[in-house]
Amino acid sequence: MENKQTAGYLVSDVHKKIKAAFEAFDYESNNTVDVREIGTIIYSLGCFPTQKDLHDFIAEVEEDHSGYIQLNRFLPAMAKVLLENRFPPIAEDLLLQAFEVLDKEKKGHLEPEELMRYMTQEGEPFTQEEMDEMLTALADPETNYIYYKDLISQLTIDPNI
Amino acid sequence: MGCGVGKSEPRPDKCDQVSISVPAATGESFGPEPTGCSDLFLLPTQPCPPPAIRAALLIQRWYRQYVARLEMRRRCTWNIFQSIEYAGEQDQIKLYNFFGFLMDHFTPGTERNLISHIFHENETCRDVEWETCVCYQSVEVPDSYGGPRPTFPMSFCGVSGLLEAFKRKQQLHARYVLQLLGETWRLLRVLPNINHVAARRSREITICGDLHGQLEDLLLIFYKNGLPSSEKPYVFNGDYVDRGKSSLEILLILFGFLLVYPNDVHLNRGNHEDHIVNLRYGFTKEVLAKYRVHGKKILKLLQKIFSWLPLATVIDHKVLVVHGGISGDTDLHTIARMDRHRYVSALRPSKTTRHVFRGCNNPAANSRDGSDGRRRAWSLTHRSSAPGHKHSQRSWSVEEELKRRRRLAGFDQSYGDLKKADWDSDPDSGETMETDEHEWKQIVDLLWSDPMPQNGCIANEVRGGGCYWGPDVTDDVLGRHNLQLLIRSHECKQDGYEICHNRKVVTIFSASNYYEVGSNRGAYIRMGQDLVPHFIQYQASHTCRALSLRQSVGWTERSALRALREQLFVHKSDLIAAFQEFDPDSTGTISLSHWASAAESVLQLGLPWRVLRSQLVGNTQHGAVDYQQWIRELSITEPQLQISDTSILETMYKNHSNLETIFRIIDTDHSGLISFEEFRQTWKLLSSHLKTEISEKAIADLAQSIDFNKDGSIDINEFLEAFRLVELCAHT
Repeated sequence: MENKQTAGYLVSDVHKKIKAAFEAFDYESNNTVDVREIGTIIYSLGCFPTQKDLHDFIAEVEEDHSGYIQLNRFLPAMAKVLLENRFPPIAEDLLLQAFEVLDKEKKGHLEPEELMRYMTQEGEPFTQEEMDEMLTALADPETNYIYYKDLISQLTIDPNI
Repeated sequence: MGCGVGKSEPRPDKCDQVSISVPAATGESFGPEPTGCSDLFLLPTQPCPPPAIRAALLIQRWYRQYVARLEMRRRCTWNIFQSIEYAGEQDQIKLYNFFGFLMDHFTPGTERNLISHIFHENETCRDVEWETCVCYQSVEVPDSYGGPRPTFPMSFCGVSGLLEAFKRKQQLHARYVLQLLGETWRLLRVLPNINHVAARRSREITICGDLHGQLEDLLLIFYKNGLPSSEKPYVFNGDYVDRGKSSLEILLILFGFLLVYPNDVHLNRGNHEDHIVNLRYGFTKEVLAKYRVHGKKILKLLQKIFSWLPLATVIDHKVLVVHGGISGDTDLHTIARMDRHRYVSALRPSKTTRHVFRGCNNPAANSRDGSDGRRRAWSLTHRSSAPGHKHSQRSWSVEEELKRRRRLAGFDQSYGDLKKADWDSDPDSGETMETDEHEWKQIVDLLWSDPMPQNGCIANEVRGGGCYWGPDVTDDVLGRHNLQLLIRSHECKQDGYEICHNRKVVTIFSASNYYEVGSNRGAYIRMGQDLVPHFIQYQASHTCRALSLRQSVGWTERSALRALREQLFVHKSDLIAAFQEFDPDSTGTISLSHWASAAESVLQLGLPWRVLRSQLVGNTQHGAVDYQQWIRELSITEPQLQISDTSILETMYKNHSNLETIFRIIDTDHSGLISFEEFRQTWKLLSSHLKTEISEKAIADLAQSIDFNKDGSIDINEFLEAFRLVELCAHT
């Protein structure tokens, strides 16, 4: 449809978007960022890769395990990812279903221990630090429960970036 | 809410994307068949892991992305704060260079006399006036004084009494302040430039970074780690003062402990232990506000003390602790030999240099300078009477001279070969000066430098002073001195510390919430005999502990954006001009990317404007910005004044700190008051520094809009407060 007409514009726009995100972490303004920041950059571009996806991507763009990533390698690879929509957003209802799967008794909320068990033992487990942070961010300050329905709509709809 | 309520609802097509492309990309977790998302968890197919695991994976992925987005925002916030901070430092150095230039190249006239004293502090302190500073006996302590009354020699009880009093927000009487500072000065004079400390078994050394007047942080460190003692040695790595509210209290406590445990408490000098820097960043103001009568004397003493602070500490001959860092030229043997106290302000080569440079050895004979006509190239005083071509000639030459001076001072790119440049052709140059210039650079590098990840050593143009040094320089300098680790401070870090250069350089920063509540943690180092640094982090605020990551990011972000909007606002004329260049047809709108380019070209803060724009630009129509409207929406209130020439106001907002610095320099007696004539001179100085014309009429208009005291003087603090920009309403 109109996608074809705007394709050229889209590519240049995608490039600009990637550059801007990259620059936020390019402290010395020499088109280089620390490899540990790449995850943040990719996520912040609206991608939802798994940890494995991330590692694969980094392996693709990092030069000789130098610990740094150059913009000229990152830019085309990342643009491809975005244009192919390789790590698309997680739909709200899918996320809701995921929480519902964990909420076995259909209480409408998760207890912190429940969530912690799944998050730190299954999938791509959280570190203790990530877990603590998640509970501070998500748990209700009074009951300490995680009312996931409300949270999803609150956190997923964030106009910034 | 309301999503995923029932299957009757039409599915948005993004659901299909998930079911199609996730398996394609990851090859794991979700079943390969695009059956529609609602079934994904209910009907797991054989090769898939159980639903709970897939659910956990999904939530993890979602949450990590959420955190990363926050991190991106936090990073942008950080960049804003840091860019604005460093731009201020650059301004400060430019202004000071300009003053130095005036001193060297203009005949004594009103302007020069107004500022000359800041370059002569060393000499004036040697005479009678100095005696009166050290003399505290004449200062009476009234019976009504309820604060601490320490006795000397200082004892542990004396310092802990001070500590308790400061916790209760009590103030130490000026008499005791003067006495304590006098004692400190006497002690510091016998200390070497480089302290040597031994790490012993069962005796860990604690190392703290910048404190910047944040007493709460120092108290927290003492609470967590214990007070200094012979069993608990401390190294404090400079930048005790400026920015925070309790700089003086921090100094008094640290000096108190230094007096009690001179072998176990070590204080390094930081770039803020400098009276010129203090003019801008608040310490001068703090002292004068706390001690209206004796503040001036206290400042004099402190200036002297700062110049006597040791420059570095070496632990067990293996670990170098220094405030800023090193450069390729850093040589500890040279540093150990120099007369550190001659560098009253590290922003400029020592006094001797200047006098040799100007061919005048006697600083007291200032009046003689009139006969020293060789350097009398241009005179500021001549300028107002003869504008036109003369002015253009002057500004060209000023430009050239400033460039030359900056190059000589190492503030330019030609960092390596700075010494040779112009000295050869200067008839005044001599052996003494070469050495001084060299010595001075050694100090500047120690106090002002930052590490960088690339090899090499380049001038630190971001801060305006010192250098950036790379891992190769670290290896070289550590190797030459047989050292294994460099601990430095000087840069705020989100976690309070950072390790770089193959774990050979550690940054430690102890002022938590430095930019804003929640912006960063503070940290200190404990180091045992194995010389391995252990980091202890903390955050000294009650409000931020309860905040979740999201809340604290939101909080600091708002305040950073406020600061940024203020910067945008004060540059509005320049911005509009830049926008108009992108808008040749005067449509009133420009594209977002042009908006971003224009903003960066004017502010030069090196910020990711594209990322920030969603928070800075509210309404766009098809990706275009109505820039006039946008400027109006910055919604910052200005004081309402009847002034025909409003450009003077913009100059004032833009140069608020420069103006404050000049005011405080001109206010020689630290009374906080200046006359109309001095007010006028301040503006003249600023206008020649900025090389812009500010009309006499505009200055007179401005003066008229302010309340003069009955004696015709202006209160500096009132004046500056009146012209501080205030944001209309908080943006969210």
